[in-house]
Amino acid sequence: MGETVIHVEELGKRYRVGERERYLALRDVLTRAFTAPFRGGRERRTRDYLWALRAVSFDVQQGEVVGLIGRNGAGKTTLLKILSRITRPTTGSAEIHGRVGSLLEVGTGFHPELTGRENVYLSGAILGMSKREISQKYDAIVDFAGVERYIDTPLKHFSTGMQMRLAFAVAAHLETEILFVDEVLAVGDLEFQKKCLGKMQEVSQSGRTIVFVSHQMNQIRRLCQRCMWIDGGRIRYSGSMLEVVSAYEASFAALPSPGEHGAEGRNHSTRFLGWRIAEPRSDVPNVLDSFGSITFESSLAVNEDIRNGVHGIALFNSDHQLIWATSVDKLRLKSGSHSLRFKLPSLPLRPGIYHWDVSIWEGGRCFDRWTCVPEMIVGTKPVTHPQEEWQGLLNIPWEFQVEQQDEPAIRQSGR
Amino acid sequence: MNSVNATAETAVLAKTPFLLITPPSRWWAIPLGELWSYRELLYFFVWRDIKIRYKQTAIGAAWAILQPFLNMLVFSLFGKLAHIPSDGLPYAIFYYSALLPWMYFAAALQNATNTIVENQRLITKVYFPRLALPLSAVLSGLVDFGVSFLMFLVMMVYYGIRPGAAVLWLPAFLLLAILTALGVGLWLSALNAIYRDVRYVLPFLVQFWMFTSPVVYASSLVPVKWRWLYGLNPMAGVIEGFRWSLTGRGDPPGRMFAVSVGVVIVVLLSGIGYFQKMETTVADVV
Repeated sequence: MGETVIHVEELGKRYRVGERERYLALRDVLTRAFTAPFRGGRERRTRDYLWALRAVSFDVQQGEVVGLIGRNGAGKTTLLKILSRITRPTTGSAEIHGRVGSLLEVGTGFHPELTGRENVYLSGAILGMSKREISQKYDAIVDFAGVERYIDTPLKHFSTGMQMRLAFAVAAHLETEILFVDEVLAVGDLEFQKKCLGKMQEVSQSGRTIVFVSHQMNQIRRLCQRCMWIDGGRIRYSGSMLEVVSAYEASFAALPSPGEHGAEGRNHSTRFLGWRIAEPRSDVPNVLDSFGSITFESSLAVNEDIRNGVHGIALFNSDHQLIWATSVDKLRLKSGSHSLRFKLPSLPLRPGIYHWDVSIWEGGRCFDRWTCVPEMIVGTKPVTHPQEEWQGLLNIPWEFQVEQQDEPAIRQSGR
Repeated sequence: MNSVNATAETAVLAKTPFLLITPPSRWWAIPLGELWSYRELLYFFVWRDIKIRYKQTAIGAAWAILQPFLNMLVFSLFGKLAHIPSDGLPYAIFYYSALLPWMYFAAALQNATNTIVENQRLITKVYFPRLALPLSAVLSGLVDFGVSFLMFLVMMVYYGIRPGAAVLWLPAFLLLAILTALGVGLWLSALNAIYRDVRYVLPFLVQFWMFTSPVVYASSLVPVKWRWLYGLNPMAGVIEGFRWSLTGRGDPPGRMFAVSVGVVIVVLLSGIGYFQKMETTVADVV
């Protein structure tokens, strides 16, 4: 493990609620003074504070790629802004060893009146590159962006896509030892995002230290080894990427919005009560993190005997695409509670969120149909092709070998 | 073995730049060292301002000559009508030599005041010493100054006025004008970030300031007894100094100039202090 390059201790940031409003214009101050009597007027004294970040401590080692995840307003960007010195902390301190670059936005410092070439220099200088450095990388930047033909026309005549490509190209050539990146990859069309992600991957493998905010878990999965989940200004969970991402996604799944029971089931008391992954057993029975066999179990409360029942099961991915479904018939179920189990030899799905759908019927009449909650999280290690466009639906462990006569076989595997 | 490793490690750490991020302290310092390390960015800011200033104008940098020249014509006309004493100089020279520093100052002040608000996107997205913004705003005006100064040289030849050794003082007066614009600009840009009213007050301030400076009249109108008080307006010292060093008329720098220098130092230092206080919160406010 490399040495510690970022050491953060008890970092906190407090904002005054309504601060923006207070600083808008003298007019507002006057208006407030004028209307204060009508509002009880104690507003100014009972000023509220909001802690965007509370006592956050962590270390980052050299060469690590750390993902910051969390909901909007959790404090991720505030943390990045403090580390990149855009704003000052209220409490605590941070030590950083090495040249810092931060990309909180694509196209920082771009000016529409300047030409593409001029903007490359300007934006590069603003991001912290020296003039010499920019000159050296200039050709590579323009090449990456693919805008050679227009480089000497004012930026305002560029299409949005071209501006974006040029902006990212400049940013991608920022070669500092430490890089803070905020959701930069979330811009542009799919094609562009892929290119950016590829570049980021290249950068992350070059031994530089990166702290990076994203809402897109597939980016986090691809780039990070370690993750921090920030919630309400604190670090809620910090650890290996898989653990943290699974926990984070599970927290979404635990929200009560899905889990609707079928229409006919509502006035009938035969219904599904819950589900779990019965095998392999774990503390979080909705998380699948192994490639082996799996037993899906749902519990059903039956209130009147079913003689010729049909039990349906279906599995959907987060795009509501059907992955697998089957049904069993001629079921005899006495009133009481039952466990219904499906055992599958393997469920090699690509990591992500899935939901099960179970139903119970008799003679064309539906007793209950339930979209299972919580959703199932698949948190297995990805063993598929690293490029986004070659990510299929499945994540199948594999073995590969080449044999040549009289030579020992060369083997590889992914599991 | 361990100790060898340890020293090797500290050596590596010592070589890489080290940064300590802490809550803002009460104390402030002039970050000259940091500004120096960001000098290339400063250069790029100045370069950007100059590049953008005359984009999409039909006659471009000719405005740098035309503006003071047209002003000079108008003032000369009024000067003639109102019989304003011009220390024995042709009105054209009398006014243009004052308009040179004045127009530089007015433009620099205006640019510096708006610079924080205009660059708020930048300020909330990337770090650099914020002082670089007003500083570059003030410096980029020097190009226009240079262009209009060339025009003045032509006029000097035309009127056959030959400056004496006093012209060696000119850089000092120019520096004083730069520092005045910077000092006041620091105050106003910081205030403007908080109260956008500053933007509307500024034109009146500039106009009022011009009438309290010896642009349209000579400071010889001010009784000698009160001259030092007049120096509280640093631009009075600057403009009088410009006239004197370029034409040899008027008074050499005296008590009035000393007062101006003192005022500028106070305004500049307090401006840096106030600006840095604002700087710690500006990214949260703008």
